[in-house]
Amino acid sequence: MKLITAVIKPFKLDDVKDALKAIDVTGITVSEVRGFGRQGGHTETYRGAEYKIDFVPKVSLATVVDESRVDDVVDAITKSAATGKIGDGKIWITDVDRVVRIRTGEEGTDAI
Amino acid sequence: MAMFALDSGDTAWVLTSAALVLFMTPGLAFFYGGMVRSKNVLGMLMQNVFAMGLVSTIWAIVGFSLVFGDSGNGWIGNFDFLFLADVKNLDGDIPGMALVAFQMMFAVITPALITGATADRLKFGSYAVLIGFWSLLVYVPAAKWVFNGWLLDMGALDFAGGTAIHINAGVAALAVVIVIGNRRGHGTVAMPPHNLPLTMLGTGILWFGWIGFNAGSGLAADGVAAQALVNTHLAAATGMLGWLLVERLKSGHATTLGAASGAVAGLVAITPCAGFVGGPAPLIIGAAAGVLCFLALGIKEKMDWDDSLDVIAVHLIGGIVGTLLLGFFADTAINGEFDGLLYGGGLELLKDQFVAALVVGVFSFVVTFILAKIIDGTMGLRVDEDAELQGLDQSQHAESAYSS
Repeated sequence: MKLITAVIKPFKLDDVKDALKAIDVTGITVSEVRGFGRQGGHTETYRGAEYKIDFVPKVSLATVVDESRVDDVVDAITKSAATGKIGDGKIWITDVDRVVRIRTGEEGTDAI
Repeated sequence: MAMFALDSGDTAWVLTSAALVLFMTPGLAFFYGGMVRSKNVLGMLMQNVFAMGLVSTIWAIVGFSLVFGDSGNGWIGNFDFLFLADVKNLDGDIPGMALVAFQMMFAVITPALITGATADRLKFGSYAVLIGFWSLLVYVPAAKWVFNGWLLDMGALDFAGGTAIHINAGVAALAVVIVIGNRRGHGTVAMPPHNLPLTMLGTGILWFGWIGFNAGSGLAADGVAAQALVNTHLAAATGMLGWLLVERLKSGHATTLGAASGAVAGLVAITPCAGFVGGPAPLIIGAAAGVLCFLALGIKEKMDWDDSLDVIAVHLIGGIVGTLLLGFFADTAINGEFDGLLYGGGLELLKDQFVAALVVGVFSFVVTFILAKIIDGTMGLRVDEDAELQGLDQSQHAESAYSS
């Protein structure tokens, strides 16, 4: 099993959710996060004074899937989250040792 | 005991105006509160609301009496109205208590204006002591001289408090900033406003309440009140336009904070003029304030004064602009006994306006500076480093504004 984490532009969240539902991903967990990458931050002006805002608002989403599905999921996120402009975000994939469904105690792929 | 014929229309308007002016202090709290960082918003709201508690109490005990008690001199009142006793004997066509109420709200908001300059670092207990004494030692004499004493007798005009309130509070803010020092991280850490919608809400409340502040200051429901109301609104309008125009030219965008700040700058500048000018004057005075107050934002950078929310640029400079422009635009066809320079009155009024601004400014600076120094040397004006980093909400009040 793999944990797929993606940091995306906040306004792309609904598109990504729909794309993942369309390929039968059964659940995602979403957090509002802030950060910077190559996009850097932006400037805001208050009463004539410029402020450099280094941390840009992003959405981080996480889902655990069977290894066989990783390419489909990555593909779906990449397609649905892309705008082609800098700041579209990143996806990374990590190994997951164990998954347990709390209600039933099922483990592994059955628990996804 | 004397009996006076009360005018019910005038009385109703002054009582209504008192309520309008009262509403300005929570409005100011939101105006400032939105501009500080989220860890200090309750500290800011609290300082403003606390003024409603403390200064009202002081006003009832002795403040009103020291301004309006008939001592026969132009410098300070007497103790005739201690605890508001015998106020009903005050002459006039409104009840003395209506004057008490209206003027009380002015006394409340004036020290609250200072809080914008000292944001994020003023210790709450010290703030309480500061504004308590400030109300008695600075506001009371200034209000007496301007509204009921020697500056008025000299011929200086101040319809609703350009000198007694805005120059006074603006200069006091400067004095306290010099004593308390800059915020930690000032100039190196970005401290942008945390909630501009709150600031916009506060601006709306201030604008609304200012109708009572200015149009109530003639203590009558008459043509001058109507003129003052329209002047007040128009100066806010052109204040906004003037600020936004320069802001757009100089920094590229017209901002919501700029719209709010420009409107308030226009309101400050029209305050001394409200019942004395007409025609194009309110439009010009408001626009001048919007432009000049924006340009005055640079003063604090140049001097390295951390006047955090620009009390100097908006209230001190706005107050000076209005007080001096009245020397040009005062029109006896509207109201009053003195014409300004542009209406054939010569330089006399302008000179009196200058003297009044200078006297109130110097007096306020000296007394506030000494007061702030004494408090700083005894109980400390400023929170310690940990408390400042933690924020005033938790360190001073053991609360948080927003659940996380």
